[in-house]
Amino acid sequence: MTWIPEVASNLAGKVDGVLLTITLLSLFFFVLITVILVVFAVKYRRKRDDEETPYITGSEPLEIIWTVIPSILLIALFVYGFVVYKEMRTPPADSVDITVTGKQWLWTFDYYNGKKTLNELYVEQNRPVRLVMMSDDVLHSFFVPGFRVKQDVLPGRYVQLWFTPTKIGTFDIFCAEYCGTGHSVMLGKVNVLSPEAYDIWENGLPGEGGGAVASLPPAELGEKIYKEKGCNACHSVDGSTLVGPSFKGVFGHTVELADGSNVDADENYLRQSILEPQSQVVKGFQPVMPSFKGILSDDEVTAVIAYIKTLK
Amino acid sequence: MANHTIAHDVYVPFLEKKGFLSWILTTDHKRIGILYLVSTSLFFLVAGIIALLMRFELLTPASDFVDPHTYNVLFTLHGSIMVFFFIVPGLAASFGNFLIPLMIGARDVAFPKLNIASYWIYLLGTAILLMALLKPADTGWTFYTPYSATTNTDVVLMTFGVFVLGFSSILTGLNFIVTTHKMRAPGMTWHRLPLFIWASYATAVLQLLATPVVGITLLLLITERTLGVGFFDPAKGGDPILFQNFFWFYSHPAVYIMIIPAMGVISEIIPVFSRKPIFGYKAIAYSSLGIAAISFLVWAHHMFTSGISETAAMIFSFLTFLVAIPTAIKVFNWIATLYKGSIQLHSAMLYALGFIFLFTIGGLTGVFLGALAADIHLHDTYFVVAHMHYVMIGGTVMGFFGALHFWYPKWFGKMFNETVAKIAWFFIFVGFNVTFFPQFFLGIQGMPRRYATYPAEFESLMSLSTYGSWILGFGILIMVINLISGLINGPKAPANPYNSLSLEWQIPSPPPHENFEEIPQVTDWTYGYGKKKELEV
Amino acid sequence: MAEAGIDQSHDHHMDPATEYSSSKLGMWLFLGTEILLFGGLFAAYAIFHARYPEMFYEQHLELNRTMGAINTCVLIFSSLTMAMGVSAIKWGRQKTAAILILITIICGFIFGVIKYFEYSAKFSHHIYPDTSIFFSLYFLMTGLHMIHVFIGLGILGVIFVLTLKGKFNSKYNTPIELGGLYWHLVDLIWIYLFPLLYLIG
Repeated sequence: MTWIPEVASNLAGKVDGVLLTITLLSLFFFVLITVILVVFAVKYRRKRDDEETPYITGSEPLEIIWTVIPSILLIALFVYGFVVYKEMRTPPADSVDITVTGKQWLWTFDYYNGKKTLNELYVEQNRPVRLVMMSDDVLHSFFVPGFRVKQDVLPGRYVQLWFTPTKIGTFDIFCAEYCGTGHSVMLGKVNVLSPEAYDIWENGLPGEGGGAVASLPPAELGEKIYKEKGCNACHSVDGSTLVGPSFKGVFGHTVELADGSNVDADENYLRQSILEPQSQVVKGFQPVMPSFKGILSDDEVTAVIAYIKTLK
Repeated sequence: MANHTIAHDVYVPFLEKKGFLSWILTTDHKRIGILYLVSTSLFFLVAGIIALLMRFELLTPASDFVDPHTYNVLFTLHGSIMVFFFIVPGLAASFGNFLIPLMIGARDVAFPKLNIASYWIYLLGTAILLMALLKPADTGWTFYTPYSATTNTDVVLMTFGVFVLGFSSILTGLNFIVTTHKMRAPGMTWHRLPLFIWASYATAVLQLLATPVVGITLLLLITERTLGVGFFDPAKGGDPILFQNFFWFYSHPAVYIMIIPAMGVISEIIPVFSRKPIFGYKAIAYSSLGIAAISFLVWAHHMFTSGISETAAMIFSFLTFLVAIPTAIKVFNWIATLYKGSIQLHSAMLYALGFIFLFTIGGLTGVFLGALAADIHLHDTYFVVAHMHYVMIGGTVMGFFGALHFWYPKWFGKMFNETVAKIAWFFIFVGFNVTFFPQFFLGIQGMPRRYATYPAEFESLMSLSTYGSWILGFGILIMVINLISGLINGPKAPANPYNSLSLEWQIPSPPPHENFEEIPQVTDWTYGYGKKKELEV
Repeated sequence: MAEAGIDQSHDHHMDPATEYSSSKLGMWLFLGTEILLFGGLFAAYAIFHARYPEMFYEQHLELNRTMGAINTCVLIFSSLTMAMGVSAIKWGRQKTAAILILITIICGFIFGVIKYFEYSAKFSHHIYPDTSIFFSLYFLMTGLHMIHVFIGLGILGVIFVLTLKGKFNSKYNTPIELGGLYWHLVDLIWIYLFPLLYLIG
């Protein structure tokens, strides 16, 4: 493991420069202080109880030296930090805008061409991206360690963030501002594609047009959706309890709801739980699941139900 | 008061009277100090155990010990209890109460009844907190809106408990300020005051200025939940960031309410065990006030990623760097005090030296977070968690433990086992570093804070941190056992075991009921150790 | 609070002069924290007024200026009688002081009654603290002030009884003076609240 994530954006190297400078200066002062501390503690250790010590009460030159030198260094660091920050806050004019919405506990991304993705952000290598972000509920924070960018996402107000991805690959998105029970599963990925791959993602291969997806058997398509749309953040398939109940063995069994009533977990129950989650909260769980109305099509909901049925 | 009926030649230690009422109705500042010491220490242990549970959950990436909601409740309780019930009143109220009158040569604080009333208010606050435990909040100790306004846990009771505690804090601070102004013994000029008094004074000023603001902020949050007021709710035209501004306007100075008394303790311990005058007395004294002043102007450095304007970020970053300077000055002066001293590594001194070492790390890592570009990456990651704990445990708690070991003989009239104390120090020091040093690396790698579960790539450092917490917990356990067994069967303490020149050591251990038979006449400062040059001539 | 002063009467660990100056210093510090407590609300007022000036103008018309103005006069008058009460006790006139304190207390009650009518009028028009930001501020600021009026009345009530019992004289009258300071603060805060809420625009 390296000490800092791989540099994957134009800004990351600059932030690392600031971090490295402060680290080196801090190390210098830390070693200086520690060495003097240990040397004094050992060298002047009491040998006899009646040792004489000098009456030294201070030294003005020393006070001035150790006030002025750190002050100069600190001001220099301040300026360095601010200059890089200023650049991090100023997106170039030719950047691509993507709208980001954070809600408990997932990210949705709306692209200029009408495409919409969940928890997976697709961007093109070496092309500046500006994210315009807003929250649907509480505070979140959009954080990509590999890019060294972070911005709190607020309800009722747009905030922005920009970067130019420089490396092809997949990078973590974390929610960095505490947002409730599912805070630690509000994870996403940035997929940085080469210009060619991005073009294919953007326009689709000729003849693909979703055909490849449609040809999957429903249960397999459901599994794919389960992983891609973030269901797996809260629902396990092995019986363990995460934020929400496990999918394992739920179909065909009786479920006790928070209001004390019992329902049979049939297809309609599952469908309603996906589209209107607050209407039937399972006993022992928080009413926190977002609705997937408008995010999943009818076919996709059917596919997810088909997948859940396979989990006995 | 019965003070005039006691014959002056009869020594009655203040601990003599027994019985519950003699404690809960006392107006003796030393007894009130013990009440705070016992209550805050209990909260420290409770919140510490909660921390061990959290670290146990974090041993593995999955959520296998407690569910995420429980984990969120645990870190909320850990933070709230540690901050509001232990660290803020810990050193300031317990040692402040015990030491301020003794050190300035007074028989008590200015308003003894107000003093015990403050403690009752503290108890009331704790009672409210206990009620809140039926459905404890899961907001984090910072109570950020809008989450705190919408979660269905009991935020109202918890914030109300903190609000009530605030009154206790305000009244204690007020009492200490008036005491320092009006009750000093003849000859105890401002520039002869022990540095602990300067530190307590600066702390009291902060308590008075900052606490009312958090009081009104929490009150607003309560009305938000109960009356439907919308100051922090964007749907009603409010602004969630306003809450952060208000909250940190208090809570950043509160960080210094927590650390400055510990700095005062260090300034007392080091000269005694070096047999040297404190180096740069005025620099240390005034830097406390300097820190107190600047601390009001740095609150928004908690909000660099929250969407504040670039100008605001620039100003607050600059002021944050400024606050580093008086802090650095203190560290340099403490080290210079050691120069050519006759250093005795008593357990209290070990805590003081440990403080300098750990606090230096805490301070230097603060520079990372003050620098805007670096903070963007590090904000809300484990780097912040580590930095905060290096300042709060490495600083305040080390100072608290140092003070406990240093004034223990004076306070209780008993001695603890010094060898065991050193062993405990060793485990605490090592355990602390193993717990929190890896967290700097976790933060740099991007591990966000307040995560109940985490990606597998962080597992090795996370579990190392958990192992460290066990060592730290073991060390604290040894320390507690050692200090308690000292109370039960420790040898009797002499009046002045370290040959200190400070006033509190010139009277018997434990001090008599009214401290001083005669109010002392002060002729010199408290740091007159070592051989004066002019005497040689 | 004000018992900071009352506290000291039987605690002879200070000479009377120090005791007097300590109590006064303590009280002033406490009043400072009270102003800071309201300061949070004033800050919120400033921020939201700058953001929604029209809303503040339109909605403040709903408030009853006449009642607000009467209340302002009542409080200013009560401050005057309180100040006279403090002077009276310094000259040793216990009866006069007691009467003046009683008038102050009555004024406080009148203030409360008028405020009660104002609040009921608002509620009958379906105006509540959650109606808008302006009314949130209105209810919180005047409500918090009202709580302070009640606390002040409690303190003055105790002082009134003690004055009647002859506990205070020209030499020892710190509690009256401190109680008076507290009452002036309550008055002062209202003097800021009245124009900010009733007379904007």
